[in-house]
Amino acid sequence: MDRREALSRVALIFGGTIIGAEAFLSGCKTTPAKEGLFSADDIAFLDEVGDTILPTTASSPGAKAAQIGDFMKTIVTDCYTEDDQKTFTDGIGKLNDASKKKFSKGFMDLSAEQKHDLLVDLDGEAKQRAKEIGERQNKLTEEETHQMTLAKNTGTYKRDPQDEPHYFGMIKQLTLWGYFSSKPGATQALRYIAVPGKYEGCIPYKKGDKAWAT
Amino acid sequence: MPDSTTNINSGGVQQNTYDAIVIGSGISGGWAAKELCEHGLKTLVLERGRDVKHIKDYPTANLAPWELKHRGAITRETKQQNPLISKAAGYGEDDQHFFVNDKDHPYIQEKPFDWIRGYQVGGKSLTWGRCTQRWSNFEFTGPQRFGYGWDWPIRYEDVAPWYSHVEKFIGVCGNKDGLEAMPDGEFLPPFELNAVEQHLKESFLKNYGNRYLVHARWAHLTKPEQIHLDQGRAQCQARNLCMRGCPFGGYFSSNSSTLPWAEKTGNLTIRPFSVVHSIIYDEEKQKASGVRVIDTNTKQATEFFSKVIFVNGSALNTNLILLNSTSNRFPDGLGNDSGILGKYICHHNYRGWMNGEIDGFTDTYYYGRNPTDAIIANYRNLHKIDTDFVGGYTTYAGAHRDRNNGENCPHQIGAEYKESMTEPGGWTVYAYLQGETIPKEANHVRLSKDEKDQWGIPLLVTSVGYDDNDEKLLNDFYVQTEEMFTKAGVKNIEHSDSKQAPGLDIHEMGGCRMGADSKTSILDKWNALHACKNVFVTDGACMTSTGNQSPSILYMTLTARACNYAVNELKKGNI
Repeated sequence: MDRREALSRVALIFGGTIIGAEAFLSGCKTTPAKEGLFSADDIAFLDEVGDTILPTTASSPGAKAAQIGDFMKTIVTDCYTEDDQKTFTDGIGKLNDASKKKFSKGFMDLSAEQKHDLLVDLDGEAKQRAKEIGERQNKLTEEETHQMTLAKNTGTYKRDPQDEPHYFGMIKQLTLWGYFSSKPGATQALRYIAVPGKYEGCIPYKKGDKAWAT
Repeated sequence: MPDSTTNINSGGVQQNTYDAIVIGSGISGGWAAKELCEHGLKTLVLERGRDVKHIKDYPTANLAPWELKHRGAITRETKQQNPLISKAAGYGEDDQHFFVNDKDHPYIQEKPFDWIRGYQVGGKSLTWGRCTQRWSNFEFTGPQRFGYGWDWPIRYEDVAPWYSHVEKFIGVCGNKDGLEAMPDGEFLPPFELNAVEQHLKESFLKNYGNRYLVHARWAHLTKPEQIHLDQGRAQCQARNLCMRGCPFGGYFSSNSSTLPWAEKTGNLTIRPFSVVHSIIYDEEKQKASGVRVIDTNTKQATEFFSKVIFVNGSALNTNLILLNSTSNRFPDGLGNDSGILGKYICHHNYRGWMNGEIDGFTDTYYYGRNPTDAIIANYRNLHKIDTDFVGGYTTYAGAHRDRNNGENCPHQIGAEYKESMTEPGGWTVYAYLQGETIPKEANHVRLSKDEKDQWGIPLLVTSVGYDDNDEKLLNDFYVQTEEMFTKAGVKNIEHSDSKQAPGLDIHEMGGCRMGADSKTSILDKWNALHACKNVFVTDGACMTSTGNQSPSILYMTLTARACNYAVNELKKGNI
């Protein structure tokens, strides 16, 4: 084991409900990836959602500049389980429906402020759902949890319908992961040095200094 | 008896004859090649996998995170086709080409066992953990002192000069800490501790007096010396992308170091795509005469001959080769007079994991990506048994400061949220376990009687499990580490048991153990088979017990020592 592995395990433990992580670490079922889960409009839609979660700010461009819609398409298509793919792709319609319900127009037609307000609502829903799933899974015995992990690892896991994650939790998770590992995210929002050259264990930190991207 | 008809290549016996044959090009095979070639022996290294040339064959070495299509994640298809190998620590989109595919290399798990393999020139030395502490006499003598195993035929004093020999060449960073449980070596400057790690070190010492968190001892060139520059290697650049292969040669691998060094002597021949079927025993001369090899592509069998053979196929494959090397003299496998070949397989207990958070230290950060972990030297069962289990454990530990999670913002959507995540958050502290396991006869590998691989070699059956001692040791790690963390001010401490199968530690050992008594061991104190003195086993198969330190550097050390001995015996005409 090395530190890289150690870090990824920390992320797993602290973020037990991270959806993307679960999918890419546990693999998937036997259905081949379908071609064309997403249309060009879907990608534009996801770009807009991502850019509302992480907009352009003084120091760095937003998620759209990181082609976040394309990134979501790649990960959902290549790494997600079939169950999670369906939740995600259905989620695009659900998000638009939520927009119509709240503001009587589709998400793409909302003002920036309305987009923000809607996603704050959905973020609340997603957190609530994640909490409920977490509480249910916390009640499992250690052995049941282990068996679930094994099933996920071997692709035999069948998700209980009540454990279906909220689509917005998925979108947000992929937005954060995709953005902060993208070139603009890593090099402008954060600090990235391809070849540090040396390691220094203790340097001064002053408020405002960016975090290291990796 | 071998069951394939053997053909000798058209060149005949002479063309296929070398002074020495080394089976395997991984971390110990590379060392055998270097030492034997330097001593002037024409040496053939047999590698079952493809060639991997330093730098040229590291296709992902310089990719930025965003240049990997899935940002390092494993795709569903890869995972689905490789449910076993993809569990390996560090296996990802960027380095999966240095691991085998499940379907190509089947074996039979009588009990769950994750056998992690890297079949290519350099073997797993490309992807190893690089941790290189020395064993102490506590480990060499523990099994015998406390009656849980067999005595080693050697002591720390026998290997100490050879540790130095290896450390100077491969480059090991570390600090001289003067610990009896983890002897000092020939160290390059250490990776610094960060502020929290320094705090932990001081806290452990203040609260316990004898629990030492020390700088990583890792096979990295923090400040290369002439011998490293002569290998074409440069200073570790703190990229922490080691498992992709390092274009700087910043960490040690066979590919960056021993194999090219051996090649420069003009005495080395490496033959990739050559899986060893068995070792040939000459009944008349009462020693091994060569090896039977199958070309993995053409499946053609060939024999190669030599005066001395080093078996470095990785612990379990070495067992497999010896078990499959049958003759009238050795019907149960080469050198297996004692009947224990393949038995007493052991590993390291890697199930325990802890982490927590610590307040403060927010005015400090670090520069560069530390590719190492600090080490808490074993403090259990040293002079006497002071627990309810036997054996000891090493704890790796450290602290890092990641991107803030933005949870303190009023909304986790939008500009303020994004900006807050661009700064570092608080510190996370972690620790994980590397525990000794106890060799038991029941934990064994054997050859399948009826199933073979695509080269006609019997499949290996693995039958290795945990025992009650492992559970007690794991529990002690949790209890002690939590207490140490708590006293140091760490909070929100969580622990987890990966419940991983044996093998996933990638520290499988034994089956062909060293010992003074030929009735209860396979190898003598020089790593030669008691019953076939020109065959040496110096990889993980030779281990009499597991100790709690990382084993790879001990394999390298035993290899160099055995090579020196073998060359002297050859000169004397004894083998």
